[in-house]
Amino acid sequence: MTPERPRHLAEALRRRDWLVSAWPWRALAYLVSTVPIAGVLAIGLLVIGAPLLAALNAFRQHGRPPDLPLMLFLAVGSLTVLALAPIVSFPVAVVERWRLGLVDGRPLPVPRWTGLAARYRSAAGWREVAYLFCLGGIAPIAYWVFLLLVLLDIGLIASPWLAFNSTSEPGDAAQVIVVWGTVDTAGEAVPYAIVGVLLVPVLWYAAGLLAAGQAAVVRWTLARPVDAAALREVARSRTRLVSAYEAERRRIERDLHDGAQPRLTSLTLQLGLARLDVGEDSPAARPLAVAHDQARGLMVMLRQLVHGIRPQSLTDLGLAGAVRELADAAPVAVTVSADLDGELPEIVETTAFFVVSEALGNVVRHAGATRAEVRLSRTDGDLVVEVSDDGRGGADPSRGTGLTGLADRVAAADGRLLLASPPDGPTLVRVELPWPR
Amino acid sequence: MAAVTRVVLAEDEVLLREGLVALLTRFDFTVCAAVGSAPELLDAARTHQPDLVLTDIRMPPDRRDDGLRVAVALRAERPRLPVVVLSQYVQTGYAAALLDSGDGQRVGYLLKDRVAEVTEFVDTLRRVTAGGTAIDPDVVRQLLHRPRDPLRALSAREREVLALLAEGRSNASIAARLHVTEAAVGKHVGNILLKLDLPPSDDTNRRVLAVLTYLRADPAG
Repeated sequence: MTPERPRHLAEALRRRDWLVSAWPWRALAYLVSTVPIAGVLAIGLLVIGAPLLAALNAFRQHGRPPDLPLMLFLAVGSLTVLALAPIVSFPVAVVERWRLGLVDGRPLPVPRWTGLAARYRSAAGWREVAYLFCLGGIAPIAYWVFLLLVLLDIGLIASPWLAFNSTSEPGDAAQVIVVWGTVDTAGEAVPYAIVGVLLVPVLWYAAGLLAAGQAAVVRWTLARPVDAAALREVARSRTRLVSAYEAERRRIERDLHDGAQPRLTSLTLQLGLARLDVGEDSPAARPLAVAHDQARGLMVMLRQLVHGIRPQSLTDLGLAGAVRELADAAPVAVTVSADLDGELPEIVETTAFFVVSEALGNVVRHAGATRAEVRLSRTDGDLVVEVSDDGRGGADPSRGTGLTGLADRVAAADGRLLLASPPDGPTLVRVELPWPR
Repeated sequence: MAAVTRVVLAEDEVLLREGLVALLTRFDFTVCAAVGSAPELLDAARTHQPDLVLTDIRMPPDRRDDGLRVAVALRAERPRLPVVVLSQYVQTGYAAALLDSGDGQRVGYLLKDRVAEVTEFVDTLRRVTAGGTAIDPDVVRQLLHRPRDPLRALSAREREVLALLAEGRSNASIAARLHVTEAAVGKHVGNILLKLDLPPSDDTNRRVLAVLTYLRADPAG
């Protein structure tokens, strides 16, 4: 029992106030508006099934195959309709999604027309075709059965009047046939009428169930999960975002390097010059010395800060050169082999650099290695960065050796990180980043 | 210094350029030209034929290693032209490029931060002008990080001496710095040269250079 308002028919059906709520009417509106669509589709289905029906008919009635020209004609019609199905299904699906709003308040993804070829290639297109078959084939049968039940119930309820009217003719012993018997007089028909009235809520529920069933089928076939094209779009836009972020980092680094750093250096220099002219015994000497020291400390800090934003070596030397600098600075022996041609995308360059930086850091911190090797190469569509060491191995991303953060960073650049690190080593970190030729 | 040292200076940030001019002037250098881009530096150095070129690395037009490229080009024209290059970051490759230029001497590669130590900075400029070589201690430290077998053979003290040698210091200055006798330094230097398989010589700079050349040789070899 949900206290808040139901969002769709199936929820409403489970509530006690179903019969007196607006929901049954919505269900009814849904059912009634289905009829013309299902009717048209049923005809289409008949056209598709026509050759089979014609053949069956010919065998049953004449015991021989049907005429070839007729069969050809029917087959061409059938195949044409079948071939058009994915195109026809698009507008139908649009209408059906809109109609689903009658019985289901939950939002639906709105698919766009992605071109003719996509209708035949995408799973979503064929799911819509499958729905056409449901609507043209199964729905009419269910609707007929339901309509029959409704008509029977109306007969039951109306039976006293029918009996009364038929007996109003003198000398006429007309009988009114109700479901499982006949009645002669209005009085005899009353129990049937009572049963009929009692059946109304049952039918009310049945209508709800039928509509809910159909809505579930619609949701299942038409409200499909977002397909790969859209996912690619999402990933691309994330990559765009990261690229914008990289460009921003570069701008900040440049501003600091070209603006703030030289000014701070200049300030420190001026303080240094001032100290030359201030005697040791001057009261200004000490605060000046402190200011000078602080400015020097700030220079170091700012340098590290800028380096963290975007390593200058990357700007100046490119990836291979910057990686060699990293190798130079590492306390273990690192050999670098680079086989790169062409201009790297900025985001790939920085990501690769930080991968090497972080991986070498891990080698030093955790691996207890004596040697490491960095290989940069270009495959068909990727930049491949491999960092291997002869350390103790057993690197475990779940133990948080910075590997997961690295993987996140790589993923943001639309790449992937692979790790092989058996106990006792060797460890290999391999990163593939998209670098289209 | 008897003669006046004539300097051409290149630094793109105006404030720092002015500061450097003030510093140089104060210590009796003559600043012939103070410019803010690589092409201007090339022109000024060719025009003034200075005793010393002091330049930043990253500057217009490309804001990459323009200053360094001009320095190397100038030393190709005048192999004995003293050049001191200021770098925002330690980049061993730059130091190597500079040491490979011209006659491999009279070059300085310093972190920009060093200008804060006014007197030491001026000493370095004078050393380079006089024919010495000055490589920033941080560069040397980074190079010494390289685990090369011959270097592993050096003791901690020998490494210290080597680093100071690389800064272009004389034995006397090293002795003062490490609070040991000059003779002890001489012995260390001898040992270092022996361990690193370098021919002994009286010329500290050549020894330093040989050491640095050796250090920056590709470790894969």
